[in-house]
Amino acid sequence: MTSKVAILAAIRKHPLPPRPLPELNQAWIEYHDRPRQFAEMLESVGGHCRFVENRAAIDAALDEAPAYREAKKIVSLAEGIGRGNVDLNEIADPHDLEDLDFAILPGCFAVAENGAVWMTDMGVKHRAVAFIAQHLALVLPANEIVDNMHQAYQRLEFEQSGFGVFISGPSKTADIEQSLVIGAHGPRSLTVFCVQSPH
Amino acid sequence: MSADHAAAAAAFVADEPRTHWHDGALWFVRAKRDKAAQSLPEWELLRETASQIKGHTISQLADYLEQFERNAVRLGAQVHWARNAAEHNEIVLGILERHGVKRLVKSKSMLTEECHLNPFLEQHGIAVVDTDLGERIVQLAGEAPSHIVLPAIHKKKEDVGEIFHRHLHTAAGASDPKYLAEAARQHLREKFMEADAGLTGVNFAIAETGGFVVCTNEGNADLGVSLPKLHVASMGIEKLIPRAADLGVFLRLLARSATGQPITTYSSHFHGPRPGGELHIVLVDNGRSEILASDEFRRSLNCIRCGACMNTCPVYRRSGGHSYGTTVPGPIGSILAPARDAAAHGSLPFACSLCGSCTDVCPVKIDLHHQLLAWRKEIAHRGLLPRSKRWSMKLASLVLGNSRLYTLAGKLARAIVPRLPRFMIYNRLNAWGQKRELPVFPQQSFRELYRLSREQGNGEQVATDFTDAADERPKA
Repeated sequence: MTSKVAILAAIRKHPLPPRPLPELNQAWIEYHDRPRQFAEMLESVGGHCRFVENRAAIDAALDEAPAYREAKKIVSLAEGIGRGNVDLNEIADPHDLEDLDFAILPGCFAVAENGAVWMTDMGVKHRAVAFIAQHLALVLPANEIVDNMHQAYQRLEFEQSGFGVFISGPSKTADIEQSLVIGAHGPRSLTVFCVQSPH
Repeated sequence: MSADHAAAAAAFVADEPRTHWHDGALWFVRAKRDKAAQSLPEWELLRETASQIKGHTISQLADYLEQFERNAVRLGAQVHWARNAAEHNEIVLGILERHGVKRLVKSKSMLTEECHLNPFLEQHGIAVVDTDLGERIVQLAGEAPSHIVLPAIHKKKEDVGEIFHRHLHTAAGASDPKYLAEAARQHLREKFMEADAGLTGVNFAIAETGGFVVCTNEGNADLGVSLPKLHVASMGIEKLIPRAADLGVFLRLLARSATGQPITTYSSHFHGPRPGGELHIVLVDNGRSEILASDEFRRSLNCIRCGACMNTCPVYRRSGGHSYGTTVPGPIGSILAPARDAAAHGSLPFACSLCGSCTDVCPVKIDLHHQLLAWRKEIAHRGLLPRSKRWSMKLASLVLGNSRLYTLAGKLARAIVPRLPRFMIYNRLNAWGQKRELPVFPQQSFRELYRLSREQGNGEQVATDFTDAADERPKA
């Protein structure tokens, strides 16, 4: 008997009365000003939220950040934004991203209740780029902010990309005496640019 | 009993300031949880919904496991089944050896702690590095995690400084968390770059899609599996949920309950291996199907490992996670561990004041304190109580079951105990009195006072008598 057969048999030996799956369509929390709620939550988890009028305004906003001004190696997958000088598609091994200073990536949408941005590895050759860069910026259309996680999952499907992640703030730890330290293993900072007029 | 909680806790509480510090550190986390929970008007609805989803899943677990495997395989993952810890470890070793892995980075996985994977792999020449900062601290210290979410919560920053000084050559006497965390970052970056494979736990696995979700704040799971080509994910069979949409409920509850965050920094969804990589998912039973067979304890499988029951537990906070002698400590651990080995862990359900705070904070509504009480009965039934407890319980049931005997015992006690010298009362037979003074014995029993007041027709007098008696108690 294989282990699979044994485990399933052990579970089925004690049939349980069926119990219904609950309805997920409930009156979950909504916010009258989703972008503002999102920005507040993002700041509360150590991230930065910048509202910009259009995509063209992002470069100037980026230049205000010392981490970006001083960055030597930059990946930008947000079209037309930033002075990206590392082409992800030219890199065969993600280990070569070890000294990446800054990454600018497109976010799909965001969640007001927790300041999280959803991004996937669609068109991203190495998903490591979002975690190995010293600093991360995400570009997000400001009208793509949902109220809560239930609305978020209504938008998600997992057939097209193998990897997707909610990112809420920079990498952090509180494992030493509950003291919050920003920049554990991943990016030391996260800036989300919310573009008011994306087109 | 191999692991006696009270004996292990005695060592922990011997350092009184440290005990208070530990208590306060966890209460701080509990307070953050309260604030996060209160920020959502639908909190109770979320808990109820989560509990129902888990109850439903467990009622059809075999079907969902098969569905999950079908979908995961369709996405290109390889699925393995392990009946117990030994089989899990063999499977993981086999995968690693086939790929010639010499260095493995792990993100937090309580399951691999439960299976004692690290020492097993190390015996077979594979270097294992725990990459969660808290886990790395206890790994370097040669200890086990004392908490499932905050593995090094029992360490002070000075302790961490000393451990890092010894192993990572940080400055002697350094204790600044920022400095120490930066040193760990540099040290672990090297480990990430050298690793041949990454192993993660699983927070939730989705039957309808064949994917799974891993939650971290540090980003260590993502870094660990996005550099090497091989990803092994170990999960207990109870981690399953039916639909991706159910994650909306669980991700809202998990981090708020655990640390008071609105969500973890990274909630990563893995569906199949990455291009050019390999993904192995190991489904582990290791006693879970036995718990599932028990009407009394089945609900403990709802657990999403947030640690809220530990943070709130007055016993855990004051006795430390190591005093439980199990991978999962605290209230939930005291239910899970006896299910695995009641003789070895029989003292744990008694490490509880039945205050019920764990039940109140549990995000999936496990009736923890009821289950702890049920375990006490079960342990007595199986004849696993220590002799001292067996005898004192027998004596108590004899006295409490016979009103004459009870009255007589009360009279004798009131007459004799106040006259006894201290050493006759406060000795090792009186565990209760080791840290406490007995209350002052009243002159009369309640019955006697009641009778007296009925005869005199004066209720107030009785009340005054009680107040006087209470005032005479020595201050603790």
